[in-house]
Amino acid sequence: MTPSPISAPRCDRRPRRPAAPSSPPSRSRRCHGLADPVAPIAVALITVALVTVGLVRPVAAELRIDVTRGQAEPVPIAITGLAGAPPSAPAVGRRLAEVISADLESSGLFAPLPPARFPPEAGSRPDTPRFGDWVALRQQALVTGQVSGEPDGRLKVAFRLWDVFAEQQLTGLAYYTRPNNWRRVAHIIADAVYARLTGEPGYFDSRIVYIAESGPPTNRVKRLAIMDQDGHNHRYLTDGRTLVLTPRFSPTAQEITYLSFLTNKPRAYLFNIDTGRQEVLGDFPGITFAPRFSPDGNKVIMSLATGTHTNIYTLDLRTRVIVQLTDSPAIDTSPSYAPDGDRIAFESDRGGTQQIYVMAADGASVRRISFGDGRYASPVWSPRGDLIAFTRIHRGRFSIGVIRPDGTGERILAESFHVEGPTWAPNGRMLMFFRETPIDGGLRRRARLYVIDLEGRREREVVTPMDASDPAWSPLIP
Amino acid sequence: MRAAVVVLVGVALVLAGCETPGDDASGDGPTTTIPGAGADAGGLGRAPLGPVDARVTPGSQADLSSRVGDRVYFGFDRYDLTTAARATLDRQAAWLRQFPNVAVTIEGHCDERGTREYNIALGHRRATAVKSYLVALGIPGSRIDTTSFGKERPSVAGSDQASWAENRRAVTVVN
Repeated sequence: MTPSPISAPRCDRRPRRPAAPSSPPSRSRRCHGLADPVAPIAVALITVALVTVGLVRPVAAELRIDVTRGQAEPVPIAITGLAGAPPSAPAVGRRLAEVISADLESSGLFAPLPPARFPPEAGSRPDTPRFGDWVALRQQALVTGQVSGEPDGRLKVAFRLWDVFAEQQLTGLAYYTRPNNWRRVAHIIADAVYARLTGEPGYFDSRIVYIAESGPPTNRVKRLAIMDQDGHNHRYLTDGRTLVLTPRFSPTAQEITYLSFLTNKPRAYLFNIDTGRQEVLGDFPGITFAPRFSPDGNKVIMSLATGTHTNIYTLDLRTRVIVQLTDSPAIDTSPSYAPDGDRIAFESDRGGTQQIYVMAADGASVRRISFGDGRYASPVWSPRGDLIAFTRIHRGRFSIGVIRPDGTGERILAESFHVEGPTWAPNGRMLMFFRETPIDGGLRRRARLYVIDLEGRREREVVTPMDASDPAWSPLIP
Repeated sequence: MRAAVVVLVGVALVLAGCETPGDDASGDGPTTTIPGAGADAGGLGRAPLGPVDARVTPGSQADLSSRVGDRVYFGFDRYDLTTAARATLDRQAAWLRQFPNVAVTIEGHCDERGTREYNIALGHRRATAVKSYLVALGIPGSRIDTTSFGKERPSVAGSDQASWAENRRAVTVVN
């Protein structure tokens, strides 16, 4: 018996925001999922167990996917319906497989086999698949699994990922959860498959907060809305009576900082997803906007406009201490911390037009990094630290691009009449943004969210119930 | 009135050679600054205050917009006041002196061709420029608040140069 090379269980994920000594145990420390925001009291949603089996034989060349590769074909993978039909969720095995397939397919790295092409009785032997059937279908990876009902009402969902040619299990995990939480388990399994085959963290167990839009351009109704990264479990967080903009998640994905016109002036606010509580951030002598959390979640960095000057400040959420980081007569805004918190990217028109600058976290060592044609705005530092996404305006067109923090390697990924608001997938391998298109002779706008890979090759729409803008991708749910 | 403004903006753009945004001239619409012929010159005449309309309450928003002009317009990515804007603000100052109990908020706005957060700041610059001018004319700063809506509340819905010119504005709103 050789232990399976299983990726770390989710409970090993390092908490990003240390709990204060007096606070209750941080949810992120437990081996449980983030509570469903609709039911904040729900805890212990998911527990994890390892599934181990004996290996058939050792392998020479391991199945491995390079997420940075260029034109290579997506890896063929068969994701069978999970066997078993607990009375509480009779169709859940098939639906789990559908969500896992959709997640993996959306990454562009995998080509899930359509179920219509499955061999007879596919998935009926989740612990001893007939590898020859899948080899004949030219599949490289296989996901099998089982669903069963526990006496306490929970579902037990177990899956195994197989290397078809090596006839070897690559990973296997089991999860216990409430039946209505099955989609989250599917995303967690998709992340486990992605991580095992690419060697990089997945990003499917994550959420999007964005601005849902309706109404004419001159009186647009804008609401905070939240959904899973695949568009499901959608709900509105505000009622639309107050104009809201530019939401961003906290590192624990439990809070959102955003811009609200509650008092008829732009001010940075904090929104607690579990409680729905909203509070204004800081007592500033002017309008505040462009708020984002620091990587440790202890501070919010934002712009304060006083008179014709706009500078960048931090507010410590515990001590309420305010620190001014830039001091120029220009517009300094759209700050974004590097993931290690040591540096900050921002935009400034101090040189005449909007350009991207990088400075130390204390405001020292300011250096311009964008020198291409046009204006460069709204930098967003990748969670991997290696790239900064931006919005460019050039010859009346907007584009989304990426650039290295040292100013090299600039690439444009999408260009349109209006694209704006890039946000990174938690693993830094995909970008989401919004695109706005004039319709009806320019009297109305259509606005939608899109995800694109870092080669700019494959773009897909994220379906939302109405017009959508200002997306922000959460970290992986703790 | 609104139609007249649109027509004059169109004329102004024609006079300026219908300049198209260049490399860096795309953030807030076209760079079109016409001395003495700003977009807000529309039909307001040279008299300090227009004729009183008996149906309009003196000192109200309707009074301000019908007799004085409640808004001024800006060039692309600009917050300096044109000659026409100054003329409108001269009348606003006279009107504010006539109604000393009226307090106002200056709302700065931008067109849709800039990024969202930059435009919040640019709108605030425009509102601040208007407030500073009124204060310089002797209106107490305590009567004048400022805010910015960036590109969130355009005055007109169109996606063309004339619409963008009309949306680059600061509106004086009676509190």
